[in-house]
Order: sequence, then structure tokens, then C-alpha cells
Amino acid sequence: MLGYALRRVLSALPIALIAITVCFFILRLAPGGPFDTGRQLPPDTLANLRAHYNLDQPLFMQYLIYLGRLFQGDLGPSMVFDDFSVAEMLAIGLPFTMMLGFSAFTVATLVGLVAGAVAAMNQNHWPDYVLVALVMVGLVIPNFLMGSLLQLVFGVYLDWFPAGGYVPGSIPHLILPITVLALPHAGRIARLTRGSMIEVLGTNYVRTARSKGLGARLILVRHAIKPALIPVVSYLGPGLSYLLTGSLVVEQIFALPGIGKYFITGALNRDYGLVLGTTILYLFIILVLNLIVDVIYAWLDPKVRFR
Amino acid sequence: MADVLVVDGLDVTFELHESEVKAVSNLDFSLAEGETLAVVGESGSGKSQAFLSIMGLLARNGRASGRAMMGDVNLIGLPPSELDRYRGKDIAMIFQDPMTSLNPSLRLRTQLAEVLVRHQGYDNDKAYRAVIEMLERVGIPEPVKRANAYPHELSGGMRQRVMIAMALLCRPKILIADEPTTALDVTVQAQMLDLFKTLTNDFGTALVLITHDLGVVAGVADRMMVMYGGRCIEKGPTDNLFYDPRHPYTLGLLHSTPHVGKRAARLDPIQGLPPSLEHLPKGCAFHPRCAFRFERCFEERPPLLPVEDVREKACWYQGELKYGKVA
Repeated sequence: MLGYALRRVLSALPIALIAITVCFFILRLAPGGPFDTGRQLPPDTLANLRAHYNLDQPLFMQYLIYLGRLFQGDLGPSMVFDDFSVAEMLAIGLPFTMMLGFSAFTVATLVGLVAGAVAAMNQNHWPDYVLVALVMVGLVIPNFLMGSLLQLVFGVYLDWFPAGGYVPGSIPHLILPITVLALPHAGRIARLTRGSMIEVLGTNYVRTARSKGLGARLILVRHAIKPALIPVVSYLGPGLSYLLTGSLVVEQIFALPGIGKYFITGALNRDYGLVLGTTILYLFIILVLNLIVDVIYAWLDPKVRFR
Repeated sequence: MADVLVVDGLDVTFELHESEVKAVSNLDFSLAEGETLAVVGESGSGKSQAFLSIMGLLARNGRASGRAMMGDVNLIGLPPSELDRYRGKDIAMIFQDPMTSLNPSLRLRTQLAEVLVRHQGYDNDKAYRAVIEMLERVGIPEPVKRANAYPHELSGGMRQRVMIAMALLCRPKILIADEPTTALDVTVQAQMLDLFKTLTNDFGTALVLITHDLGVVAGVADRMMVMYGGRCIEKGPTDNLFYDPRHPYTLGLLHSTPHVGKRAARLDPIQGLPPSLEHLPKGCAFHPRCAFRFERCFEERPPLLPVEDVREKACWYQGELKYGKVA
């Protein structure tokens, strides 16, 4: 099991390098640069600035310099907000984004698993139909529309929750954003759980378990849940990264103080360092999550360990 | 000897979208203590469904009615929670495909020991020791090591041995084996039949061997029941049916089986296909494929009637069955 985990870590390193390289060059393909907006700068000043940020060097050299710094754990300076380094800015926004993402993830996973299992066990009866219908609604409405709808209904008309903004420590401010973030993921998890549960309940080995007279509860808990979770778990890793990245949009809609704000302003300002830093942070999160999923996967499905 | 299972008027129906299909009709038979009964028929003859219904394992759209008395208990129509007191303990089942019948995500010891914990109230240690002993008994080398393995680490034959061990842990009165050797290599099949015979003998367990392979039946079964279109069409002692079949279908089955040592120019299969249960022919279900049919067979279904003391058949034709006329 440990050897398996180590192998996974090693195989993640080249993936990280490729992703960073691709991001670096794609970003430079976009027209414009960090000093094009705002007031016109005198040519000397501009040249000085470009030299300061190494932008006067050939692109490939810039890439090597960036990589060199990255290996020392330095994400570089922000080219637009010159009082801050990228790492500092991310450190300010990250805790909130993480908190929002993980809350939504927890809610979505719990709701999705329970809903999916209930639907599977009532296959083709009314609880199943109701849940499947709700899941469809949650899946097809995009988060910017759902966000605005909830703001309008629960924030403005009913005035149950604040429509936006954030006061540290305030839970009511978080309820609508978490709901918007969690809804499609709860739906997807519910659908996956329902499908795999129905499949597992129809397998030969569940029939064997029934022939042994184990009783419905033991069959569900010991024989059905573990294999039924395999497809769900493989979704959870990417699912969580969608949640963390998806929160960029939701943070914007609800005016929340997470990384999303920096990422979007960074992209508009062509703030290479900030955008790249945010991307690398997400890359890191995604790799770690996939690693965790791989290990859980190996626990659920013993065959994986031997590959 | 006393009967451990008496089945009486067993019907199994499946609800399809618009229609109902009767997979088993009015099945009667009994199973004596310790005997081996072979249930023979083609796919779709209802042989598996009959026994799945007794185990309460029909698919969701299946319904059974009639009686299957094990002692004073009618297993048909018993709610699952009641049935669970007997399933795995007094009546156990082994399935056709050992590759998929064991849970891939649980160690074998878990899957075996739970039977004893559930039915005999053993604690985990005691159950584990009994499991090792049983694995040894079914011929699994290094049972301690195997017990900790997952199913995918074992070959098909080994897995079927594990299934046998699992079914016999509580020394059931009845063991139902549904095509237990079909998915296995021919070399392993004989070993497996041997194992069945030895163990059921040792434990005094009555064995129901569901199969389409008459070669399997010959050396093992005391009695034989031939099914066609959801009904029993002939039953009696194995030797009688083998050497002196009275139903044209039984005769046909015997002639479509190759015999080792007997060099036939070609096999003589039964012509045509088994009937669809949705559209069973009127009269005798076998008449479209039967070489001995006459007017009555088209109109009236023959009842299952005693032929001699020990055997029964469902056929209007009373003359001599001559091989060669079948095909």
C-alpha cells in the first residue's frame, strides 16, 4: 500500500512540470501585457519595469528563471500590485476559498450519497422519481444563474439570507454560496451512487450474500457499500477540484473575499505572475486530491494495488 | 428416509412490461435426506428459477406461489427476514459462476466467517478456526494464506471450492448447486463432483444438482428430474432414466450427449429450439420437436403420471421409444 502511494507521488511530478510549462506559454500567447492598461508610461520607465520583471529576456529564458524560482518555493512578485508577492496575495485569499470549497464538498458528498442510496433502494418508486427529478434540476442550471436566482428569491424577496458580501464568522452569509456550489455536485454524486448501488445490488455476489441469510442491513453495510463507492470516489477528487475552481465564479457573484477575486482581476490585468501562481496552486491541489483518491481507491478495490 | 424438502404446486411467474411469463408451472417433487437429485433441462426450462424461488432469490419482477416445505416451514412466500433464519444454515446454494459470486472487495475469511457468526453465534476467533478447517476439507492448499486472500487471487476452481466451503459451513440439510461445474475446466469438473459427493455424504446433506450436462449426472445422482418449458416431464431413478428413457425428450437429451469411449459418427441433436416461455406451444410443449407426436399432443397437455412404481412421465405416447426416430 505504501509502495503504491509512493509510485503515485513520483508519477505526479512529470505531470506537474508539463502543466506548468503549458500554462506558462499559453499565458504569454494572450495579447497585451501587464503594463498596457492604466496610464501611459514613459518609454524609459516601461523599459525599466520590463527589465525588473525580466520581461526583456527571451521567452525561454523567462521560463527557466520562473522555474528556477518555483523550485525554491517562490511564486514571484505580482506585476500589478507591486506591494505584494503572489504568495502573499494567495495566502490572504486561500483560507476563505478552501473553507468555502470544503464546506460545499462536505455538504454535496453527504447529500449526494444519502440521496443516491435512498433512490437506489426505492428503485422505480416515488422517492426514486422525486430524487432523480431534483438531481436533473441541480445539474442543468449553471451556477451563475442558480446564484442569481437564489440571491433574488432568498436574499431579496424573502430576505432570509444576505444576498452577498461576507462578515468574518457569519454563517448566514455562507449558506447561499455553499448551496449554489454544492448543488450540481450533490446531483452528480447522487446519480453516480444510485447507478452503482443498483448495479451492485444486482450482482452475483450480493445474491450470494442473500443466499447466506445475512439480512438486509449487513448485506448493505458489508457487501454493497464498498464496491458501490468505487465510481463515486473516483469522481470525488476531480469533483473537489471543480468545487474549488468553480468557487471563483461563485465568489464573484456573492462578492466574497477568496482567491477568485485575484484570479479574475489578475487575468484581466495580464498579471502573469498572479495568474500563473493561482494556476499552480490549483494544480497542486488537484494533484494532491487525485493522489488521495488513488490511495482510497486501492483500499476499496484490492485489485488496484497489484497493478 | 425422511424427506427434507417437499415441493408441491410450485409456480414462478415474471412480470414483464405488458405480459406475464410463467417460468415454472405446477412443479412437485421431494428430496430425501442425504440423497442427490439431478435437475436436468435446457436453458429456459425453469430449472434454476424453481430453486432460486425456493431460496427467495428471484429477481424483483418474479413471484412464486405454491409450497416448498422444509419440515413445518413453507419457504415460499416467507418474508426475507424470516427466510434469513434458514438460508445459509439449513438450505444453502452454490452458483454457476465462481468468478463473480464472491465479493471482490472482501477477504475470503470475512465472507466465510460471517456465515457462522450469523447462524451459529460463533465469535470471530471460533468462526475463523472453523473456516480454516473447512477450507482444508474442500482441498484448498495453504488455507491460512488463502483465507486472507481476495477472490481475484484465486483460480476459478479454487473459488468454486471456496463457495462449496461457504455453503457447507453450517452443515445444511439441503445444498442446491446450480450448474456448479459449467464454468470450470473439464479437468477440474471431475474433482469438483468428487468433492460434492464426499462432503454431502459426510455431512448427510441432500444435494440438488442443477445441470444441462448429463455426463455430470451419471455418476453422481440418485434420482433425476427432467424439465422442459417450466414443467417436469420425466422423473425417476437415474439408472432407469439413463438406460430406459420413457419421454422422447429424455431420449433426445441422451442422444445429444457425447460418450467417452463410444465413437459415434456424429451426434444426434434434438431438432429445433427450446420454446420461448412467452409463447409455449399448445398441448404438449415439446410436440413441435417430437418425432413421436400424434393428434392428441397438439391439443392436450399430458399430465405427469406414474409409469412404474418409481417413475413418472408426462407424455401421451405409450409405445416403445426407438432411437433413430428422434432426429
